[in-house]
Amino acid sequence: MIKSKDKNGSQIDKHYTEQLKERGISRSDFIKFCSVAVATMSMPLSFAAKVAKSITDPARPPVIWLHFQECTGCTETLLRATHPTVDNLVLDMISLDYSETLCAAAGHQVEDALHKSVKANKGKFILVVEGSVPLAEDGIYCKIGGKSALDIIKEIGPQAAATVSIGSCASWGGVQSTYPNPTQATGIGDVYKMNNIKTPVINLPGCPPSPYNLLSTVLYYLTLKKLPKLDKLGRPKFAYSTLVHENCERRPHFDAGRFAEKYGDENHRQGHCLYKIGCKGPETYANCPSINFCDVNTWPVSVGHPCFGCAEQGVGFAKPLHEQADVKLVTPPAGFPNINEEKPGGVTIGAAAVAGVVAGAAITASVATAKKIGETEA
Amino acid sequence: MNIDRKQFFKVLAAGTVATSGVSTLFARERKLLPKNAVGILYDATLCIGCKSCEVECKKVNGMSGVFDTKLEQSHNVSGIWDGGNDLDSKTLNKIKMYRNGTSSTKDKETNGYAFIKRACMHCIDPNCVSACPVTALTKDPITGIVQYDKGACIGCRYCQVACPFNIPKFEFDKALPEIVKCEMCKHQLDKGGIPGCCDVCPTGASLFGPVEKLMKEARRRIKAQPGTKYRYPVSSLESGETQTHTVQKYISYIYGEKETGGTQYLILSAVPYEKLGLLKLPEKSAASTSEKIQHTAYKGMIAPVVLLGGLLYAAHRSTKQDSTE
Amino acid sequence: MSNYKPIGGKLLTKPFIVMMALAGIAGILLLQRFLFGLGAVTNLSDGYPWGLWIVYDVLTGTTIACGGYAMALLVYVLNKGKYHPLVRAALMTSMFGYTLAGISIFIDVGRYWQIYNILLPKYVNLNSIMFEVAFCVTTYILVLWMEFTPVFLEKWATPKAKAKMEKIIFIFIAFGVLLPTMHQSSLGTLMVIAGDKLAALWQTGWLPITFLLSALVIGFGMVIFESYYSSVAFKRPLETHLLSKMSKFIGGVLVLYIIFRYGDLIWRGALKDAFAGDVNGWMFIIETILFIIPLIILFKEKLRNNAQYLFWAGVSMVLAGAILRFNTYLVGFSPGPGWHYFPSVSEILITLGIISAEIMAYLVFVKKLPVLPVIEHN
Repeated sequence: MIKSKDKNGSQIDKHYTEQLKERGISRSDFIKFCSVAVATMSMPLSFAAKVAKSITDPARPPVIWLHFQECTGCTETLLRATHPTVDNLVLDMISLDYSETLCAAAGHQVEDALHKSVKANKGKFILVVEGSVPLAEDGIYCKIGGKSALDIIKEIGPQAAATVSIGSCASWGGVQSTYPNPTQATGIGDVYKMNNIKTPVINLPGCPPSPYNLLSTVLYYLTLKKLPKLDKLGRPKFAYSTLVHENCERRPHFDAGRFAEKYGDENHRQGHCLYKIGCKGPETYANCPSINFCDVNTWPVSVGHPCFGCAEQGVGFAKPLHEQADVKLVTPPAGFPNINEEKPGGVTIGAAAVAGVVAGAAITASVATAKKIGETEA
Repeated sequence: MNIDRKQFFKVLAAGTVATSGVSTLFARERKLLPKNAVGILYDATLCIGCKSCEVECKKVNGMSGVFDTKLEQSHNVSGIWDGGNDLDSKTLNKIKMYRNGTSSTKDKETNGYAFIKRACMHCIDPNCVSACPVTALTKDPITGIVQYDKGACIGCRYCQVACPFNIPKFEFDKALPEIVKCEMCKHQLDKGGIPGCCDVCPTGASLFGPVEKLMKEARRRIKAQPGTKYRYPVSSLESGETQTHTVQKYISYIYGEKETGGTQYLILSAVPYEKLGLLKLPEKSAASTSEKIQHTAYKGMIAPVVLLGGLLYAAHRSTKQDSTE
Repeated sequence: MSNYKPIGGKLLTKPFIVMMALAGIAGILLLQRFLFGLGAVTNLSDGYPWGLWIVYDVLTGTTIACGGYAMALLVYVLNKGKYHPLVRAALMTSMFGYTLAGISIFIDVGRYWQIYNILLPKYVNLNSIMFEVAFCVTTYILVLWMEFTPVFLEKWATPKAKAKMEKIIFIFIAFGVLLPTMHQSSLGTLMVIAGDKLAALWQTGWLPITFLLSALVIGFGMVIFESYYSSVAFKRPLETHLLSKMSKFIGGVLVLYIIFRYGDLIWRGALKDAFAGDVNGWMFIIETILFIIPLIILFKEKLRNNAQYLFWAGVSMVLAGAILRFNTYLVGFSPGPGWHYFPSVSEILITLGIISAEIMAYLVFVKKLPVLPVIEHN
């Protein structure tokens, strides 16, 4: 295999480059995509070379994409990742063996493909789940090919290398789990726990989540053959470790106390902070303000709508839209003075010296006077 | 000559003792809240640290930002609204932060954090008003606002010594200085408005209203079940606007209810008040003690006049003796 | 006819020139204070609004100037005519002390251009201890100058005018005792309003009594100190015979002071703070020792007849009273954590300049006016 070296020192399969060319993707576009993915993962840029190499690796890991109780919004958002044909690229890069939305085939044919792939790639494939699992009434609210979602996940889940729960539904139940939750919609992580399935779960909540969070997670796994670091809710730390509030472009207005009072008022038009009209940014962990959506650098807050906390369990679909958020974390805390602040005015060397000289002079004078008194008296 | 001497000494001693106010150490009666007293209820559990109160305060009172070259260069701005670490002659209110351990949870004493807004407490029995030798500081008989008249002030700074909360600030950096303190935006109230800090507070952490109603509101909050939702009035009790928040576990005491005779600025918190720099203070103001001493000594000017009479007599006799000697 | 006369001698001695220089430096610094504000030369802050100038120049200054008060009380009220020779010098020190204290207040107050407000009826606040102090001190300065007029009249006017003045001088003498009684006690009451900001070792409702009694102690101490100092400086005979006889009375005042001061401390249970080992505790111990030294000397006949011991007793009394004032107004005063105060170099230099001015004035007066008693040759 002939290998060409690019500027970053990355080595890309010549054959793969040609393939890209056929698809109308230039080499530089490809490297650009890798860099974006790396940036999302908060990795150094040099990591892009490694990513590029993994992508071009001919042994593509199989991916099985299951749909349960959901709206297919997550798939839609992934398809709208508009870097040059990234969707295709990734779908080629991985071997998407089953996806109800994307498969050309249907019915028994595709069900067969699913079972073949699961069997063939046992313990190696990545399972992506979109949608929640309804537990009520033995899971009759969601059935595919005559099987309930619960049965499907119980069957396929244990055989996967890892499970990616894409979207809030798969992560914690999402919109269907809102009170009174008639179908008893449950996230994949909880279903695994209930059924003692040990497959690791990565949650990518959001409604929809940013497609790049999925791409980055998959690429991370491909490149390093391990899962990214997760927080205690199973979310990749690279995407979900900061509050929306912390990187929000309207944050300076919050810090300066400039708030929109209602939609369309002067402050709203000025682009002031949306906290007062119910923005859940201060209690929602996601990287929306950093990577935005749809590659045109917008996200809800930038177009004037408060964050509604879709990615946060207990916030999105749970709290009233215009109820104020509980500010979870104050950043930077150094921006606030302590209860007791040190103030100037203490002793300086100069002042101490002068005071010392004065005291010394007074003592000397007194002693001298006392001496003279003694002499006079005698 | 000796006949009178003992007597004189007695008069002198009695006069001296009375003059110096020994006869009592008890404080005078506690002062009462003015009838239409207005105040602010600051609920630390609602405060999100946005500092909009600080910004608005400066705007409404026409005060400059803090000019700090280093800070300005680093932020590429001129005059920082929330600059300064404490109340000072350019800052009438200040949001401060209590931090402990990891500072991860709001309104928790350990490993938590909490905010506190410091400003004039508008005491019911203010020490500063009692202390001021020229009545530059007065308590409005109707609203109870402690206000300042620079036309009277001589700049002796006794008010600063007297204030238990270190509220009055002095412009040490000016050739023609003034005392600076929060006057509850009385110029706004005159126009039918409310104090700037309450006006802009997004959560209702700073709430304006009649003190007695605020006190009732505060008691209601303390009684509310922690964890439940509560509709908190925003800006002022009369605004009609509310925001729903979860009730925190309040300390079951309203700071300012009794401190130094009570204050018109009331504070609620989930973190012990001492941690927020709010000192335990006696229920009677120091002013009530010092005034009692003073007024006992000078009651009707009897003691000084008696003493003067005795002194006149003694001095007259002595000087006469001198000239005849 | 007069029992007093100027001592004459050269005015521009070396020490005098040094003091002129010190006063000159203070003058320049004062210019700075008036042009750029108090913050430009002092270390004063919103926490410590009163510093060296108030505590030394005003408080201690007026108390040191209580020699005139103490002597007037002794000579005119208690009719101890034999101490008459000490009166004029004491009166003069008082006059300077108070006048300079008045000037110091003018320098220290921020809005000096409206300082007359304190005498305007429309601004009177009868609740204010400060008002009483200011009113009394102002009046007393006038009274002191009136009490001193015979000295000027003796030098420049006809004996008839002097005789007329002497007929009415008893009024001024009476006021000259009443006013210090009022304001020296009130200088103590002044700190009652500081409440808990003043440490328990000093904060008490008995402050007026302890301040009044200690003012008398300092006053007598100053009479002793000054008498000896001028004897030595101008090579005049010692006045030990007079001073030691007077000390019985001083001893009584001292005992009274100690009963009130320490009785109150024990009663309130605050005495234990003395052994806390902190700055407050140690300063209190120093204060106590300085009060006890003169007590021992004055009550031992052998010691009090010894000029040197008596001199040290005087010095100790002055220092004790001064430290009591520093402790009450600065050391024991704490506005809370984070605040500091130690006088700045400029502050100390201005105070030094004021002291120099006072000593220079004393020298001029003593040399040119009939202040000191005629030396009786045995």
